[in-house]
Amino acid sequence: MHNFIQWLQTPGLNHFLIISGILFSLGIFAILTRRNAIMVLMGIELVLNAANVNFLAFSRYTTGTLDGQVFAIFVIILAAAEAAIALAIVLNIYQNFNTVNVDEINQLKD
Amino acid sequence: MDLYTIIFYLFAVITLISASVVVFSKNIVYSAFALLFTFFGVAGLYVLMMADFIAITQLLIYVGGILVLVIFGVMLTTRVISVEMRTGTVQTLPAVLIVAALAGTLIGVFWTTDWRVSSSTAGFEKTAPKIGEMLLTGYLLPFEIASVVLLVALIGAAMIARRERKASS
Repeated sequence: MHNFIQWLQTPGLNHFLIISGILFSLGIFAILTRRNAIMVLMGIELVLNAANVNFLAFSRYTTGTLDGQVFAIFVIILAAAEAAIALAIVLNIYQNFNTVNVDEINQLKD
Repeated sequence: MDLYTIIFYLFAVITLISASVVVFSKNIVYSAFALLFTFFGVAGLYVLMMADFIAITQLLIYVGGILVLVIFGVMLTTRVISVEMRTGTVQTLPAVLIVAALAGTLIGVFWTTDWRVSSSTAGFEKTAPKIGEMLLTGYLLPFEIASVVLLVALIGAAMIARRERKASS
């Protein structure tokens, strides 16, 4: 118990990893359960952020180089591209089907 | 309890609570705004990991760009005037089981693995010049490819989202 309190008082690699693990799980939960396509997108953003936290934590605490930070930049770039494309598709689906619930969209054309 | 620890827990609590609001809120507008605080909290964690440039990039791109896009998406696809803002959930029980197993596995692995933590606790200083140098030397090809991908994706998004004006109508 004393060790655990000691551990809590010195934030290190494991603390950041556990935060990223919880963030990742919450994102996966949103992807699996929400019906709205935009909520699924928000879940994906949470997962990408969790991955970025991991990259930066390992970059800071184990390697001592900046490669993890460069990777985090690429993740952010791809997240921006992904969000733009996905929202364009969602808007198109809304025009065609008048809904964005992923369980009601089961056709590729109307 | 030094200042670093207090700030770490502050940002950790902001991140995790607002992420829970994102995931569990029934109202999609609340989710979108809670996502703002999640990104902000994650940016704070980046600062604590000595990644100042990434933290600013996170604020500019996620909060300034992606979040605005998401809120636009919410406003354009839900009937804001009616009470249609609530979004349902499906398959809650299997998802809870899967996510519980996933979280348990991840945290167990993180907890039990003996990570080779480097002995130097100095960290980095002035990351932006070094990152710029790496992007233009060792990571030049991925950097250029990423820029082309971003350009193509944005042009494609504009093409897809534009309302087609058919000649016949």
